[in-house]
Amino acid sequence: MEQFGIWLAALLTIGIISFLYKDNILYKACEAIFVGVSAGYWFVTYFWDNLYRKFYLGIQGAELSDQIFLWMAVALGVMMLTRLFDKIGWLSRWPLAFIIGATAGLYMMTYFVSNAFVQIGATITPPPSMETIGDKISFVLIAIGTFCGLIYFFFSKEHKGAFGGAAKVGIWFLMVTFGASFGYTVMSRMSLMLGRFDFLFGEWLGLIK
Amino acid sequence: MKRTVPLLITGIVGTVLIVSVLIPPAQSLGEDFSLFFDIIAVFAFFLGGGNLFRIHLKKVFHRKEDYGFSIVTLVGFLVTLTIGLFKIGNPEGISGSITAAGSGLQTIFVSIITPLSSTMYALLAFYVASASYRAFRAKNREATILLVSAFVILLGRTPLGMMLTGWIPEQFSIFQIPNLAVWIMNSANLAGQRSILIGVGLGVVAMSLRLILGMDRTYLGSDK
Repeated sequence: MEQFGIWLAALLTIGIISFLYKDNILYKACEAIFVGVSAGYWFVTYFWDNLYRKFYLGIQGAELSDQIFLWMAVALGVMMLTRLFDKIGWLSRWPLAFIIGATAGLYMMTYFVSNAFVQIGATITPPPSMETIGDKISFVLIAIGTFCGLIYFFFSKEHKGAFGGAAKVGIWFLMVTFGASFGYTVMSRMSLMLGRFDFLFGEWLGLIK
Repeated sequence: MKRTVPLLITGIVGTVLIVSVLIPPAQSLGEDFSLFFDIIAVFAFFLGGGNLFRIHLKKVFHRKEDYGFSIVTLVGFLVTLTIGLFKIGNPEGISGSITAAGSGLQTIFVSIITPLSSTMYALLAFYVASASYRAFRAKNREATILLVSAFVILLGRTPLGMMLTGWIPEQFSIFQIPNLAVWIMNSANLAGQRSILIGVGLGVVAMSLRLILGMDRTYLGSDK
């Protein structure tokens, strides 16, 4: 069984890599397998993790109020499926509205605290280990860069004069960030590719010990 | 019923979740709503799976172009579904965890999903490299900064960076490419990251308020 799994993984890996030559039947077949298997996998995972564990096991021996609460969630979920029928499709807006409201409420506070507050705090508060002149320069540079970057994102005022100059500096800092992100993305993809070749030549063919 | 009730649901649920963060006794409400959210999400997956099945079945039924690949998708979907729902090959039986070592679903994940997804992502390395070769021309100051930053990070994370600049004396070690890469990551890059994060944070707050207050109703679609 283990050998079968290794052979299957190797053939699928080769199938995807074959796209580097050109779009071909093997690649398309692997792509179709990926879509079907992934959909099935997440379907099953959500079924057992949420519907079975959180709902089915949740109502076992629970108080009546908790049971009603969980059944209401299932009722909303079933309403989501009405989207498949034209006449009563509008009912699916109710669970969708719940999801939108819950996401908005949760993310609003989370992002406000972790993205805005924490980042502003970290920018204006000097770190405790600021000993060398290099640390001090970096701290000032980060503060200037963050401020100028924010000015660039402020579109309610025309980017002219000193404001435009600060926005320009902001773009330079953003360009450094995009360059760094690009470099990291390429490196991570390369690392994945090396991992696949390591699997093919090591685990599958046994050429790398 | 078609528009007012969903707007009320969004407003009430969003407000309750914001209040639950601000008022400690109401924190359990946030957890309850998260549980609600998880259960509804399952049905969203059912809907997605059902749609996938319907679309590909239609393609096979009408013998449309490349319908053979739709058969492969359907077989992959149904086989995974059967193995996962009945926990086929699970050493602990139907009561065991779906991710138990040696279970059918775990084998599918390790032998099919992992190699396919990691190879797909790995392929991007080639396309990103070829796209950047065409796009990364130092045409102006901004493009040059991006190019230099990417180049330093790429070299700094490989042994080549040290090989090229290892000869630089210790007192000027900041100019060694690996150290320069670390400096870029911890200062100039951090400034850009922070401005993006703060911008995104404020954007999410604005968007959430628009949704909760019913100013943005696009998610309701049209009544036609």
